[in-house]
Amino acid sequence: MSAITALQKGDSLEPVTLEPVSRIDLIKYAGASGDYNPIHTIDEEAEKAGLPGIIAHGMWTMGNLAKLFTPYYEEGFIQNYSIRFKGMVFLGDVLTLHAVLEEDYEHEMAFNVQAVNQNEEAVIKGKVVFSRKVPTY
Amino acid sequence: MFEHTIGKQSNKVKNTVERGAVKNFAEAIGDPHPIFIDEETGRQSPYKANIAPPTFPRVFDYGSIDELNLPSKGLIHGEQIYHYERPLLVGEVILCYTEVKDYYERSGKSGDMGFLKVKRYGTDFDGGLIFSEEQTVIITEAVRKEMKV
Repeated sequence: MSAITALQKGDSLEPVTLEPVSRIDLIKYAGASGDYNPIHTIDEEAEKAGLPGIIAHGMWTMGNLAKLFTPYYEEGFIQNYSIRFKGMVFLGDVLTLHAVLEEDYEHEMAFNVQAVNQNEEAVIKGKVVFSRKVPTY
Repeated sequence: MFEHTIGKQSNKVKNTVERGAVKNFAEAIGDPHPIFIDEETGRQSPYKANIAPPTFPRVFDYGSIDELNLPSKGLIHGEQIYHYERPLLVGEVILCYTEVKDYYERSGKSGDMGFLKVKRYGTDFDGGLIFSEEQTVIITEAVRKEMKV
């Protein structure tokens, strides 16, 4: 793995394709996050809400997308992370995570990030600003 | 219907960045990296400790705003923004609170929608900002009708 700071404008981080979304993924996320909204775990509740089936927590997808940057914490940290939730994620969907370096400033690198499903539709889309200044503790 | 809550703040609540909670969370987002979990890796990192994933602040208690009674169902999460001054360290104790930033209504294809912007903060005990989290919640007409009943 090469350094994140070696990237040039327009370069991408290595995309990551997730395993198909499973119910156990969402049950685990509900437990770990404390978000027990039943449209994410119980079929009947999703149907009552007018959905064709349970959908992933938007924050589950957002949490997953951030892992593209996890290998680079030696070099800096995520300073800003903003996301718009664009589409629903259903069981069995296969998401691929993408990050492209858009701007390179003195201390910060701005990436366009998104998660796309198997139909190439963006389900979440936004920006990560990676700070190259490791804070002192 | 939430205009009157704009500017309202919750009480500040003490929260610990718990080791077990960070591990469970990292696993639940498919990111069980040693920087979050392994103590030795944390000690040797620039942070001198394990850190929490950026979306971890989901789990904290931010106190409550009495005037803000949101339904538990039917809300749509539109947007989410995190800002960090530095990563959260496993084991540290922080203060968290929440504030209503804005509320407005717009007419759309599926009726009138309400947009509620709520900002949450995590600070140290001197009031220094560690992170903030801003979310936009969309309240559909169907949900708003139910709430008025």
